[in-house]
Amino acid sequence: MSEAATEKAVDAAIEESAIKMRGTDVSVFYGEKQALFDVNLDVRKNSVTALIGPSGCGKSTFLRCLNRMNDTIDICRVNGEVTLDGENIYAPMIDVVELRARVGMVFQKPNPFPKSIYENIVYGPRIHGQVSTRAEMDEVVERSLIKAGLFNEVKDRLQEPGTGLSGGQQQRLCIARAIAVSPEVILMDEPCSALDPIATAKVEELIDELRVNYTIVIVTHSMQQAARVSQRTAMFHLGYLVEEGDTDKMFTNPDNKLTQDYITGRFG
Amino acid sequence: MTPGTIAIIVLILAAIGYVLGRRRALQAAKREGVKLHSLPGYYGESVALFTAVPALFLMAAWLFLQPIVIESSISAKIPDSVVPEGGAKSLVMVDVRRISDGLGLILAQGDVSESELVDMRADLTNVRSRLAEVGVALGSDVAPAVFEAAKSYREFDSIASSVRNVAVIVVALAFAFWAWSRITPKMRARNITETFIKALLMGSSLVAILTTVGIVASLLFESLQFFQLYPASEFYFSTVWNPQFRGGSDFGFLPLLWGTLYVSFVALLVAVPIGLMIAIYLAEYSGRALRSFAKPAIEVLAGIPTIVYGLFALITVGPFLRDWIAQPLGLGTSSASVMTAGLVMGIMLIPFISSLSDDIINAVPQAMRDGSYGLGATQSETIKQVILPAALPGIVGAFLLAASRAIGETMIVVMGAGAAARLDLNPFEAMTTVTVKIVSQLTGDTEFASPETLVAFALGLTLFVFTLGLNVLALYIVRKYREQYE
Repeated sequence: MSEAATEKAVDAAIEESAIKMRGTDVSVFYGEKQALFDVNLDVRKNSVTALIGPSGCGKSTFLRCLNRMNDTIDICRVNGEVTLDGENIYAPMIDVVELRARVGMVFQKPNPFPKSIYENIVYGPRIHGQVSTRAEMDEVVERSLIKAGLFNEVKDRLQEPGTGLSGGQQQRLCIARAIAVSPEVILMDEPCSALDPIATAKVEELIDELRVNYTIVIVTHSMQQAARVSQRTAMFHLGYLVEEGDTDKMFTNPDNKLTQDYITGRFG
Repeated sequence: MTPGTIAIIVLILAAIGYVLGRRRALQAAKREGVKLHSLPGYYGESVALFTAVPALFLMAAWLFLQPIVIESSISAKIPDSVVPEGGAKSLVMVDVRRISDGLGLILAQGDVSESELVDMRADLTNVRSRLAEVGVALGSDVAPAVFEAAKSYREFDSIASSVRNVAVIVVALAFAFWAWSRITPKMRARNITETFIKALLMGSSLVAILTTVGIVASLLFESLQFFQLYPASEFYFSTVWNPQFRGGSDFGFLPLLWGTLYVSFVALLVAVPIGLMIAIYLAEYSGRALRSFAKPAIEVLAGIPTIVYGLFALITVGPFLRDWIAQPLGLGTSSASVMTAGLVMGIMLIPFISSLSDDIINAVPQAMRDGSYGLGATQSETIKQVILPAALPGIVGAFLLAASRAIGETMIVVMGAGAAARLDLNPFEAMTTVTVKIVSQLTGDTEFASPETLVAFALGLTLFVFTLGLNVLALYIVRKYREQYE
């Protein structure tokens, strides 16, 4: 084997190992209606992948395929293959509970449980048996809140209801709640759409910090947000993946006309 | 003419008024060449409303007041001599009314003319047998004074009714003409209609509120009378319930309260777990097809009359419990028992709990479920740890509503638990509740003057306060819960 070929193979291997999740020919049907058409998309480890596109383009649907949240919708059917570290998460022997512990999710609207801040955070670790003693719980609460940048704001009122926090704080609490189960991937479905610009800035900052330890996939309607926080961007339109690539390239020199129009605000 | 006919005439007048009013408005607008303030229909409506509402209102008031006025004037004419020993004048008045109704029927048959009837005398004709022929049975022969009273009652009544009919029609026509004649294109007919409808709707709600006030007032009044005859402390704290219709009764409230609470407790013990599990299943697990079938099917239970549940308790559940559980265990030989009534009442309450809880569980935002599933929780973990705690206040509200329903239930208890007032822990003994005793104290031919009958009002008032308290508590909890997601 020539040196160049070896190098290429090594590169490919490195590239392969850098891939956390991979969707292959993913199609999604809601009843008769097809919402996603043969999407092939890789999610790289320790990076932020942004999914952009106009409303109804299938980006949220794809996101929900990554931890099988679509399972909760009766009429939803998923074809194709989604792998996590090379393992098909739609394989019959996969335990959804375990999958979701590894692939956490943060939703569009902050949805803290109507429980105390403390209870909100220990909820996940407790159902997965990751904590049992009081000391372990205290530790996981503190660690998660610190990582979510919320600890200093709420440390004196951990027993107060999570619903009493402001919108931005609630969303960071939801991120803390997701981090608490030590996931490998965090999916975020328009996490800032219900927040004001200041809260948004804080969450974006947080996403950037979290990238060091986690793989993040974020759906967003804000081009600026995608440009600010992500390293990779994927553009969806009408259920098709139009283009994907490095964020820098996507926002400066996209290959596809559609992407360019969308990014520059000419449609969508 | 009967009130029904008059009402129909008034409505026909209103309809005519509508057409005329509408036409007048259109013509006036055309003549003056201006635009109508409101749609033409509103002018018609304003005439129709002015025609029907005051006239019907007058008729309702008249129908309500006429018997009261006539009764008091006739009853003044009845000499005390015809009132039997130990009876009341009101009982004589009942006879007067029935005889006058009977006379009307005799007239309707046509073999007696109006003038013959006026001349008819109780001491010359056998009035009792004549009345019996037309289906009015009297307990004793008719005293002449009573018969005369009945005749003048009838006369008075028919005159008053004629005057009423005329008055109602005149009022309808007068208002119709007034409303019609003032129509001009500038008249704000739409606003008049709106005001009228608002007043009408407000009047309806006033009826409900005033009725409640009236019920409470009558309960309160009679209860006070009872407590003047019987000490309140003994009523509320004595453990003996032993009414004697010859006087010297014991009215201890506690055995009845105990029976009520015991039966309700058993009923809720049956209804709450089953109802709640049904609600969880329907809201969280069942598919759409099953749910659309099962929910109405369960709600059919709520439509079964309680007397039918009572029959079920009496002939099926009671003997079954006695033969298979109570007797083998040596706990009793009565088929009427707290258990019987409680079980059957519990079944009756299942749809209450399940339907209300189902709505409440469905009202928990989907975001809560997503959040929990997104963290890897299973469905039952989500229900136990997120949905039920979030829905709990609402479920408690449903529970309290069901409890007040259970406490007020009568028929199932009469047929299932018997009528023995008893303080006992054994659920296979016959016991009874407040409502059953209210019924039994009021059945029979007695007047409302003795403590034996008046106690029913005191029981009713106490029960009312009790269930009102539960309802208020339920409303408070439900309202507090609603604030949580807003």
